Amino acid sequence: MVKSNVVDGATQLEIYKRVALLKANDERSRKVIMNGRLVMPYYSYRGQEVIPAAMMTALRDDDYLVTIYRGIHDMLAKGMPLNDLWAEIAGRIDGTCKGKGGPMHLTYPQKGIMVTTGIVGSSMPIANGIAWGSQLSGNDRVTVATFGDGASNIGAFHESLNLASVWKLPVIFLCQNNRYGEHTSYEKSTSTARIADRAASYDMPGIHVNGNDPVEMYTAAREAVERARAGEGPTLIEAMTFRFYGHVFGDADGYMDKAQKKAAMEADPVPAFRARLIAESIASEDELAAIEAEIESRIDRAVEFALASPFPELDELTKDVYAEGALA
Amino acid sequence: MTQVETMTKSGTILQAINAAIADAMAEDDKVIVLGEDVADPEEGGIVGVTRGLSSRFGDHRVRSTPIAEQAIVGAAIGASLVGYKPIAEIMLMNFTTVAMDMIVNHAAKLRYMSGGQTNVPIVVRTMTGTGFASGGQHSDYLEAWFAHTAGMKVVAPSNPADAYGLMRAAIKDPDPVLFIENLPAYWTPGELAQPGHVVPLGKARMVKEGSDVTIVSYSRVLNEVVGAVKEMEEAGVSAEIIDLRTISPWDKEAVFASVAKTGRCLITHEAVTQFGVGAEIAATLHSEFFGKLKAPVGRLGAPYAPVPFSKPLESAYAPNAATIAREAIGLVK
Repeated sequence: MVKSNVVDGATQLEIYKRVALLKANDERSRKVIMNGRLVMPYYSYRGQEVIPAAMMTALRDDDYLVTIYRGIHDMLAKGMPLNDLWAEIAGRIDGTCKGKGGPMHLTYPQKGIMVTTGIVGSSMPIANGIAWGSQLSGNDRVTVATFGDGASNIGAFHESLNLASVWKLPVIFLCQNNRYGEHTSYEKSTSTARIADRAASYDMPGIHVNGNDPVEMYTAAREAVERARAGEGPTLIEAMTFRFYGHVFGDADGYMDKAQKKAAMEADPVPAFRARLIAESIASEDELAAIEAEIESRIDRAVEFALASPFPELDELTKDVYAEGALA
Repeated sequence: MTQVETMTKSGTILQAINAAIADAMAEDDKVIVLGEDVADPEEGGIVGVTRGLSSRFGDHRVRSTPIAEQAIVGAAIGASLVGYKPIAEIMLMNFTTVAMDMIVNHAAKLRYMSGGQTNVPIVVRTMTGTGFASGGQHSDYLEAWFAHTAGMKVVAPSNPADAYGLMRAAIKDPDPVLFIENLPAYWTPGELAQPGHVVPLGKARMVKEGSDVTIVSYSRVLNEVVGAVKEMEEAGVSAEIIDLRTISPWDKEAVFASVAKTGRCLITHEAVTQFGVGAEIAATLHSEFFGKLKAPVGRLGAPYAPVPFSKPLESAYAPNAATIAREAIGLVK
């Protein structure tokens, strides 16, 4: 972990608040699924919390995010309200998408969460368009596209980085390299030692960081945001991390290297960050415990809100295909 | 069905589409254009449909792109999510296959999957059609794929006035529209619409009234239907001709009204017959008019084969006036 005071304590604490929220929310999600209270495909992000917590702390509320099916950590870090999130993943009418999107298609434009895609690689072409909108409007909003390491092998990645570079778009390509694309390891699927190296092909900075280190991650994020806001173009950030619970929650992990997984879980970035905040006197044990307790009770309320919310009426089935009143 | 407004000048479909985009851009600075070669330094498109637009409106609003169809449609979708009205050119309809994820999984579905929070008001322009000996990967009519995708609208004009009016409607529409342009028919002359003329989506056009058989078509083949009128009349067959104009959502009301009168229907298009737009319309008509039809609904499209190169084979591929007349007469006699 980078020992550094390049990021001030208040910012680090802000990052930690998001990290703690993400971790607690993932733990609760798995618990609620295990208890049989919710049925959904769940792509756990446990182990990857620091990346979006640091990235979104470097963004403004009016900046944009395009994320993917393993993206609930990204959205929560960007400010999606818990009630809207939980009601959506429960398929209820009070969900942010009226229950019609589900965990892979959460959307919340009020916080710039524009698209969540279930298609590997597809966050990037759309993020470019949003960034093009900012460029055309002359505003300084930044767009972040998140994706996994597997997505760097699909054509959309290469088309998107090339276009973003040619057009100098205010976009950040944030790769969360968790070492596996579905069940296949990075080594078996990816030609370059580092995904960040691919940025050179598109004449943009390619930053390789330890995504589990909040200071390192935040520093890289901040630089990329400043660059985009200043009109200097896109950045590719490859943030190294590890996913603790496989591709989809419930998979048996038979394809994973056991020693690698054990080592990654022992190096869990969340307790490490927590311990450092205390060691560096950025926060006390009591303060952090209070933050965590408050998060737990917020999640309690969100889960109960979601499960008490009604399912959509069946007439929702054919609504929102086209605009209201448009021909169908 | 709508009546075509007063028209004064004559011109081509190519000119009409260019004028429609230019008029929309002049009216609304949120209308932007992107695609391969669309800007003037690249000659305003391979046949010049967008020629003049970047010079007039600026290269920030009319952007030539790399040959990267996913990136093109993705950029259009993204810009549309933040208030723009992008017109993306996918040069040839066969190239839409490279961007199907963006069109089908994203453009068509984002309104629905977001519960109505977002929408994708884009126009995807694309050209296609047999006649230029372009062979198997540059000539296909793939409209059935898009018509089968909930959330997409599909438009295919047959003449300059409709091309103008439908393009204006497509740009104004709050949802994604696939706009199919027939390449060999770009230079076919016809009357031009008045500036500002809008042809509402989902409304067919009555081309010619008749009493024996309804012929439903769209795009270039509609003109082959018109070309078949003389032969049909000589055979004593009075055809009522409907230009669908919008393939999805299609104007059931107009087609039903006509078939209720004639009791017979032939649907003809350049796409492969099997699983085509004609199949959907025929099935709907059989359900609606079972027992009242004087003949089974006929379909005339391309054979179940890719588009061939060799001229005699290519010429035999799509329906033409002679084959249409034969089919229609066969339904009546």
